[in-house]
Amino acid sequence: MSTLSEARLVRLPTGEGGGHGETDGGYPARGAHGTLKGYMTGFALSVVLTLIPFWLVMGDVLGDTFRTGIVVMALAAVQIVVHMIYFLHMNTRSEGGWTFIALVFTVTLVVVTLVGSIWVMYHLDQNMMPMSPHEALHKP
Amino acid sequence: MHEMTPPPGATAPVFYEREGHAHEDGGTLLGFWLYLMSDCLIFAVLFATFGVLGRNYAAGPAGADLFDLRLVLVNTGLLLLSSITYGVAMLEMDRLRVERTLRWLAITGALGAAFVGIELFEFGHLIHEGATPQRSAFLSSFFILVGTHGLHVTFGIVWLATLMAQVRRRGLVPENQRRLMCLSMFWHFLDVIWIGVFTFVYLLGAMR
Repeated sequence: MSTLSEARLVRLPTGEGGGHGETDGGYPARGAHGTLKGYMTGFALSVVLTLIPFWLVMGDVLGDTFRTGIVVMALAAVQIVVHMIYFLHMNTRSEGGWTFIALVFTVTLVVVTLVGSIWVMYHLDQNMMPMSPHEALHKP
Repeated sequence: MHEMTPPPGATAPVFYEREGHAHEDGGTLLGFWLYLMSDCLIFAVLFATFGVLGRNYAAGPAGADLFDLRLVLVNTGLLLLSSITYGVAMLEMDRLRVERTLRWLAITGALGAAFVGIELFEFGHLIHEGATPQRSAFLSSFFILVGTHGLHVTFGIVWLATLMAQVRRRGLVPENQRRLMCLSMFWHFLDVIWIGVFTFVYLLGAMR
């Protein structure tokens, strides 16, 4: 009965792929927050990825709403990935991979929520009786 | 024939821990990340609401009539700059330089406050023009989505001020470092949400 409670936990030196190295006196691991170079790279990319869509829309460069919309949304997706990597330091290894798994799960739910809602409501809207703005305004 | 009692530890099983600790901080950062992911779902629902209702103007003003994209561009720049200044504050925190960390945090807070100020100015302008949340489904979903983001930034500033007071009082002790790392994730996360806001609400809305 007492033998199990006497079980000892022996810490072996970690081989490859262990944690992020020893912490000193409870301080969080050094260098876990990226480098100045990393932040500046992310910043430069973000500035470009922000200015292009604003330029496309404000200058009406492509001259086609649908095409502009697609390009703007694609650039937003790229910028989100840039922020994730350079600012939030997202990778598949931190916290034993759990942050990445949580992110994948969340992205799945976000896509289901967004695509599902818009898809269903669009078809519902199409199958409804048409209503002019005037009727909508004077609805009971 | 008496029973032999082994000395303590002689027969007890010994477990070898081969893997490094996955949660050196006691799991706080992972837990905070999970909170951010749940917050992400709140915004997903608000984005979905806007996606469904965003074109129902009820004969009222549309995004193209209301939005001033130059103002949105300035706000986007402010939030992006504040992300970078917070990053620099974290680098200074790594080197345990209290004064510099505090200075960069103060700049971050000022940029965040400017962002909220411009957003409130925009909201005031819209309401003054009669584009209130009650006007149409588009405006209801617009105000709730953009307002929720602005509220997050506001609470982020309050949190930032609290942490600056903590750092000033106790220095960059491990607890304060952990708290600053949580706020760092929160702040960058809000910048990511803003990418969605300026793209889906403002840019796509301004095009009709």
